[in-house]
Amino acid sequence: MPNIKINGKPLTVEEGTTILEAAKANNIKIPTLCYYPDLDIKSDCRVCSVEIVGQKGLKTACSEPVWDGMEIRTNSPRVLNARKVLTELILANHDANCTACEKNMNCELQTLANTLGIDENRFENVLEERPLDTANPSITRNPNRCIKCGRCVDVCKNVQGIHVLDNMGRSNEMEITPAYGKYLSDQECTFCGQCSSVCPVASITEKDKSDEVWEALHDEDKHVIVQVAPAVRVSLGEEMGARPGAIVTEKMVSALRSLGFDRVFDTDFTADLTILEEGHELLERVKEGGTLPMFTSCCPGWISFAEQQYPELLDNLSTCKSPQQMFGSLAKTYYAKKEDIDPEKLHVVSVMPCTAKKYEASREEMRVDGENPDVDTVLTTRELGKMVRQMGIDFDELEPSSFDDPFGITSGAAAIFGASGGVMEAALRTVSEVVNEEPLKQLDFEDVRGLEGIKEAEVELGGNTVRVAVAHSLSNARKLAEEVKQGDSPYAFIEIMACPGGCIGGGGQPYNTTNATRQERIDATYRVDSRMEIRQSHKNPVITTLYEEYLEAPLGERSHKLLHTHYQKRN
Amino acid sequence: MLENILKEYPRQEDYLIEVLLEYQKQKADRHIGEDEIRRIAEHLGVTESKVWSVITFYTFFSTRPRGENIIQICKDVPCYLNDGNTVQRTLEQLLGVQVGDTTKNQKFTLEHTSCLGHCDGAPAIRINDKTYTNLSVDKLKAIISEYRGNT
Ligand code: SF4
Ligand code: SF4
Ligand code: SF4
Ligand code: FES
Repeated sequence: MPNIKINGKPLTVEEGTTILEAAKANNIKIPTLCYYPDLDIKSDCRVCSVEIVGQKGLKTACSEPVWDGMEIRTNSPRVLNARKVLTELILANHDANCTACEKNMNCELQTLANTLGIDENRFENVLEERPLDTANPSITRNPNRCIKCGRCVDVCKNVQGIHVLDNMGRSNEMEITPAYGKYLSDQECTFCGQCSSVCPVASITEKDKSDEVWEALHDEDKHVIVQVAPAVRVSLGEEMGARPGAIVTEKMVSALRSLGFDRVFDTDFTADLTILEEGHELLERVKEGGTLPMFTSCCPGWISFAEQQYPELLDNLSTCKSPQQMFGSLAKTYYAKKEDIDPEKLHVVSVMPCTAKKYEASREEMRVDGENPDVDTVLTTRELGKMVRQMGIDFDELEPSSFDDPFGITSGAAAIFGASGGVMEAALRTVSEVVNEEPLKQLDFEDVRGLEGIKEAEVELGGNTVRVAVAHSLSNARKLAEEVKQGDSPYAFIEIMACPGGCIGGGGQPYNTTNATRQERIDATYRVDSRMEIRQSHKNPVITTLYEEYLEAPLGERSHKLLHTHYQKRN
Repeated sequence: MLENILKEYPRQEDYLIEVLLEYQKQKADRHIGEDEIRRIAEHLGVTESKVWSVITFYTFFSTRPRGENIIQICKDVPCYLNDGNTVQRTLEQLLGVQVGDTTKNQKFTLEHTSCLGHCDGAPAIRINDKTYTNLSVDKLKAIISEYRGNT
């Protein structure tokens, strides 16, 4: 193992590590901009420059491996001056109006300028203003804030395999844009928002809808209800300053009440409902020779991807709406009727880990009466965090409280929907029991859990061995979709989530998500599940009541109208 | 014409530059437009963003219609220091267009380019495939009138 010195301090570090990693392991902070954990090393920005004793030029710590006897200076006057000049140059080509910026106080460039003590820029601002892309319901792109770090290009091209963003032009005229410098929505963007989650500045952000929610909350005529996705309870804590993986379900419910929502409901309820509908759909397809394998359909990022790139597989998609949309259509029909509220005066908000859900809610089909959207406004975890801060709520001090009835009783199966493999596991917990007609001995399907890109499992169903698969991130989804397209997929049922790790790693989740934080949120998710009294969707008594009172049976006529949808080729 | 070229190439990203070169060479107005980019992307199985990225990276390619003669002014440092600005100003005056535009008679397009590899002869320009170095105002006038005359 190499012995090195950083700022005079002798250290023994792992073979093959970079200077940045070695420094980090020893609690020495080197600033970075283009570097992002788990992504390719780009060494574009040079902000991580350090001095190596005996060498002339500065080296970039993010890319330079250590060697035995290396002596590194991370904060010599020469290094500090270089970093300062580089940062000033970046700022000179940046719309640095921080107080009018969504990421004020949460921006890596601002923090960097601040740590370097830049209070005045020696260079004149040369920014040539470009128009914003606000043409889609999910994501806003502001080219005037882009610092060309290349993180979004890497995520979109390599992690998601979509390649909508790229470098356009060269040298000082290089920009990062979709084709023709125009709109994401003209290209095959899935609105997964992974680009927004790695952008160090506010160049790619979720389309902020918090104002629309404040307006509804302040409107006396409106009955405003909110649903919260499974992945938000294991991530909102982080947004409010807690450690990754903190479970904050009950404080979150209290926070939403304090914001003024009339009822606080749980998307987990309609996740349970999804399992009943989707489970029965799978069994029907198997029994009646329908199209197999069946793909899950909860993830709008995946749905867009399939509609754009695999139109020949649309019959393989489950016709089930996502839990968010099942909630919306039940709210505007069943709930409105039960509570005697005019659906026009009912405003349904959802809090999601996801930017693609904003697009999903805006789709034409997602309106049971043909006009009024089933879900009126979608907020991301980050936007909810912002509203809580705006309201001046001290999150830590909130008293715990629970979700409202009727959409508040849920199962552990629903709770795991947020993690990759969770929908599959939840479905298997119900389907095997229904088919095998005996209680399932082992509820945990460990094979489909975790951060492995593609996971597989075999299950016994009515005497047959059935193979299933799970993929997360769209580059992995493409592998399974290709197999199905070629006709050699060995699986009966496939779960796809567009985001790495599933929704817990969604594009609307707190910034600085890495595989390490994803793992924390996944662990928290399974802790939530293991603590639940009911751990299978079909054992949720309120679901049973809902069928008795209103829906009749899974795949029944009313279900078809409210809970199922159809897909179309798009480009 | 595009279809004839595409026909020769399999669905593979590796052929992108070749296809672009071939096509632009054969086209009268020597540019590659959005519809054509879409078609090329589809044929080679890459995204439009990828094609756009490659086209905008190489100044050789253009996304706007161009004239018969393409005049490219080097804007890298040695040319810039050697009075490259005068070159640009003189050409703009002579042709009556700004950099990036094409003359009304479709004869000339004026563009910037990155280093032409003639730094020792700075300032330099390229017209079509030919490079001219050590330019002065008089030299530029002579060159342009030559092109006006014989094309
Ligand atoms: S939202 Fe997803 S698909 Fe669209 S540009 Fe960003 S990373 Fe790419
Ligand atoms: S949009 Fe953001 S992530 Fe992409 S290059 Fe610009 S600054 Fe980096
Ligand atoms: S995986 Fe989840 S967060 Fe990501 S796009 Fe799909 S639904 Fe949204
Ligand atoms: S962080 Fe090392 S070069 Fe950008």
